[in-house]
Amino acid sequence: MTKLVTGVIQPHRLDDVKSALEAAGVRGMTVSEASGYGRQRGHTEVYRGAEYTVDLVPKVRIEVLVGDEDVATVTQVIIKAAQTGKIGDGKVWVVPVEDVARVRTGEHGAEAL
Amino acid sequence: MEFTLDSGNTAWMLTASGLVLLMTPGLAFFYGGMVRGKSVLNMMMMSFGAMGVVGLIWVLWGYSAVFGTDVGGLFGNPFDYFGLDGMTDDQSLMAAAGVPALVAVAFQATFAIITVALISGAIADRTKFSTWLVFSGIWATVVYVPVAHWVWGGGLLGADGITSSLSVPIDFAGGTVVHINAGIAGLALALVIGKRKGFGKEPMRPHNLPFVMLGAALLWFGWFGFNAGSEFAADNVAGRAWLNTMIATCAAMLFWLLAEKLRDGHATSLGAASGVVAGLVAITPAAAAVDTYGAIAIGAVAGVLCALAVGLKFKYGYDDSLDVVGVHLVGGLTGTILIGFFATDKNSTWYPDGALNGLFYGGGFTQLATQIIAALVVVAFSFVATSVIALILKATMGFRISDEDEVTGVDLTTHGETAYEALGARMTTEVKA
Repeated sequence: MTKLVTGVIQPHRLDDVKSALEAAGVRGMTVSEASGYGRQRGHTEVYRGAEYTVDLVPKVRIEVLVGDEDVATVTQVIIKAAQTGKIGDGKVWVVPVEDVARVRTGEHGAEAL
Repeated sequence: MEFTLDSGNTAWMLTASGLVLLMTPGLAFFYGGMVRGKSVLNMMMMSFGAMGVVGLIWVLWGYSAVFGTDVGGLFGNPFDYFGLDGMTDDQSLMAAAGVPALVAVAFQATFAIITVALISGAIADRTKFSTWLVFSGIWATVVYVPVAHWVWGGGLLGADGITSSLSVPIDFAGGTVVHINAGIAGLALALVIGKRKGFGKEPMRPHNLPFVMLGAALLWFGWFGFNAGSEFAADNVAGRAWLNTMIATCAAMLFWLLAEKLRDGHATSLGAASGVVAGLVAITPAAAAVDTYGAIAIGAVAGVLCALAVGLKFKYGYDDSLDVVGVHLVGGLTGTILIGFFATDKNSTWYPDGALNGLFYGGGFTQLATQIIAALVVVAFSFVATSVIALILKATMGFRISDEDEVTGVDLTTHGETAYEALGARMTTEVKA
């Protein structure tokens, strides 16, 4: 069975998370720019005394497809590498994936990872 | 008077003219960065458009209507030098400095151009470009020309003008003619045209603060021509004006940042750029009439007052989009009135004949009263005249784009262009050669 591990992290932790995943044997990932907010909400900006509340702050979304046996490791690696201890560090979640296929070869399932 | 060419002064005045002309494209960047990405081109086009219209008007009848033969103290005869015909160098505004008439025309042209362009900041995002061009021509002729004549052309606010029983108003480089005039005109236009859709509710953040910083830098650079050039000669008074332009601006920037830090918790780049402009505005009328301490004081007061004044539009509900009122009107008034306190002949050698020292330099209240009267006359005239022009144009051509076009963006709907490819993720499907 395959799982999709998604992490939404602070943009400046991306390089560390990427290297840590590579070191843990992960061979591919998808990275995209994202924006959002969690409990900390966004931030305020001030222009000539007028205050603007910016709800959505920049984040990076990193997605990794892994086999069941590696889910715990990969999740821990992302958390460890992305953690700063400050508010706004992000989230990691895992969802089951019904099927995966490699486009080049047409392989399915674990072989396609 | 026999005219003797002074090539040194002439070279400097040609240089100063080029510096001042650069201020208007600089202003285009300053203003352009402060609007949203969907209206940056229109904002810059309002400055460029003012250059086109006022540049031509100036050489046809503008210069003559300011510096031609006085007609009742109100304006000069526009037909004296219409199209610059019939001018001789001994009639030059700068004849005493040995600078030819055409160079005087060039220098003064740049002042008329930037004054009109300054107004556009009050009406960002929502103005019909065609009406703006027509307004530019009418306003330059009906408002700028008389005020410039009153102050510099021997009219109402000159040596024989309405304050002659007191003193002569000091306006070295255009505190009343340029900044108070443009600032109050901006207020009148903003009131006639109305608020942007969503003013006070939707965020309207500056879309490119580096543009704003670049614009402020170009303005500062050009302003040395504006102020030091207003001596009409390359001499020690020009040096004093140059230095005061630096000194007051440094102080204004720092004090604007201090006011921001105390009020909002952050010293911002927009605050630095705005403080620079506030200082430049405030020192303009005083550039050669105050000493180092006066320049520091004028800059510091302007920095704080303008930083506080930009919030008035939210309090009173007028949409002066880019703070033409808060920076140019308040800054211009600050400089013009503080001359009444700080004018001194101690370290500078320039006064118009009959002007006095300020209150802090032993001159009493007379010069202060004179400065206030001059400022009020310009405020009253410019506000009323600009309102009348704007109301007529609103009733005839219309002064505002449609609500739909405003939401879509004036760049696309008026000019058929957009500044940035990424806006709205448009895709080009066909190119017709």
